[in-house]
Amino acid sequence: MTAEALEISQLSKTFRTADKATHVLDNVQLSLKKQEFVSIIGPSGCGKSTLLKIAAGLDVDYEGLVQLDGIDVSGPSKEKGFIFQEHRLFPWATVEKNIAADLSLKNPEVRQKVDEMIELVRLQGFEKAYPKQLSGGMAQRVAIARALVRNPQVLLLDEPFGALDAFTRNHMQESLLDIWRQNKTSMLLVTHDIDEAIFLSNRVVVMDARPGRIKAIIPVDLPYPRNRVSASFQQLRTQVLSALDHVEEEGNSYEI
Amino acid sequence: MIGKAGVKRFLLSALIPFLVLVAWQLAVTNGLASRQMFPPPTSILGDFYDMLKSGELTHHLGISVLRAMVGFLIGGGLGLLFGLLNGLYRRTEELLDPTIQMLRTVPLLAITPLFILWFGFGELSKVLLIAMGAFFPLYVNSFLGVRNVDSKLFDVARVLEFSRFHQLTKVVMPAAMPNILLGMRLSLSTAWLCLVVAELMGADQGIGYLIQDARSYMRTGVVFVGIIIFAVVGKLTDSLVRVLESRLLQWRDSYKG
Ligand SMILES: Nc1ncnc2c1ncn2[C@@H]1O[C@H](COP(=O)(O)OP(=O)(O)OP(=O)(O)O)[C@@H](O)[C@H]1O
Ligand SMILES: [Mg+2]
Repeated sequence: MTAEALEISQLSKTFRTADKATHVLDNVQLSLKKQEFVSIIGPSGCGKSTLLKIAAGLDVDYEGLVQLDGIDVSGPSKEKGFIFQEHRLFPWATVEKNIAADLSLKNPEVRQKVDEMIELVRLQGFEKAYPKQLSGGMAQRVAIARALVRNPQVLLLDEPFGALDAFTRNHMQESLLDIWRQNKTSMLLVTHDIDEAIFLSNRVVVMDARPGRIKAIIPVDLPYPRNRVSASFQQLRTQVLSALDHVEEEGNSYEI
Repeated sequence: MIGKAGVKRFLLSALIPFLVLVAWQLAVTNGLASRQMFPPPTSILGDFYDMLKSGELTHHLGISVLRAMVGFLIGGGLGLLFGLLNGLYRRTEELLDPTIQMLRTVPLLAITPLFILWFGFGELSKVLLIAMGAFFPLYVNSFLGVRNVDSKLFDVARVLEFSRFHQLTKVVMPAAMPNILLGMRLSLSTAWLCLVVAELMGADQGIGYLIQDARSYMRTGVVFVGIIIFAVVGKLTDSLVRVLESRLLQWRDSYKG
């Protein structure tokens, strides 16, 4: 057993099409400790989703090392829960069946776990509802429950709250922290939202574009629950912003 | 649970057919139309009652329904099977689909004489004709259904480590269900149509036979009864699938008009 839940080292990724090759990730070095919450932030197109898909095992065409708990990642598995930007629930299945997915609700163990998860994501009373009857935030909570019910070691989240309004997003961030505290899952979250990154994580990873590489890693040593308007929060926001600014500037000069 | 609005809607939709029936009855009883060619609705109802009482109607209807069902099960079943198979596997699609598409362009009615030549007027040629008619709608639609499955949901199935079997039963089948049910409706109505053709071509039992037989004896009322039975049963089976649809597809979030 290592202290790292997820270990990524010297990861490079190139998309090759018939006429050109796009170097998307260059020598990415990142490790996620057990029970740690890390956010990745960076300009659009810098390879955040690509990185997350590789970590999930959805894309295995890369150079470098990706290990989960000391074992090479060779494909998707339940140990790596994945939350997509859209909820991607099965529209034909009720909330509880979506969470159970390929497990049978007739199994009392599964039934109990599913009920626990429904309680955790605060969706009691909606067990028998179809996705069309849910709001965006509720649907995304079902998606999180569906991943959590499989006891993942890490949860990989790709801009999970991007499509939600500010109010719901704040609420979801708090739920995610609750879930994290209760479940002790390691979290790797991709986001566009600086406040979200600082509010949630132990470390904020700032990425650079073309090719995507890690520009800075900013530790967030504030106690939970965090106050978004506190001075120290503001200070961190400035820090992340300036790291991002460097990225933007370089990106621009790169273009010229 | 039919509310007041439901009754109103029914009355409204029944208004025109009702008026037509009344006009028909009046026209015949007043000598405006030939009783021989247009037996009045009341006399058709009488014929219907007599045939029902003698058991003649149920006997022939039973035979017809059986033929249609056997033909539909064989043809529709194969259509569903090959539709799913070709939808799932590119290899079998490349092997089978061109041939199937070629056969699909052949008009069914044109090969009926060939079937009669090969298999005679017996049950085999009838069931085969019905099966052939029922095959294509289910084939085309279940194939389309599989190909319309959102590939994003396949990614979900991969992340959740679905087995091959669960991918089929929990992702492909439910996603393709709207198309499959549509194919089923079209297959059933085609099967019913082919049954009429097959029975009118020559049969010694069944509703089609009843119509042909009545025609040669100028029993126009019975011809009408046969036609109405064909229409009613066709409509009933269609409604049955629609009930199935509303049950199985209640998850759908689509425009309802
Ligand atoms: N399948 C693919 N084939 C070729 N290029 C791809 C493919 N997927 C992504 N890319 C390229 O890789 C780069 C990074 O894409 P990625 O989706 O990882 O960006 P991102 O950081 O998640 O952006 P965003 O914040 O907008 O979601 C982009 O320039 C994109 O054009
Ligand atoms: Mg992305």
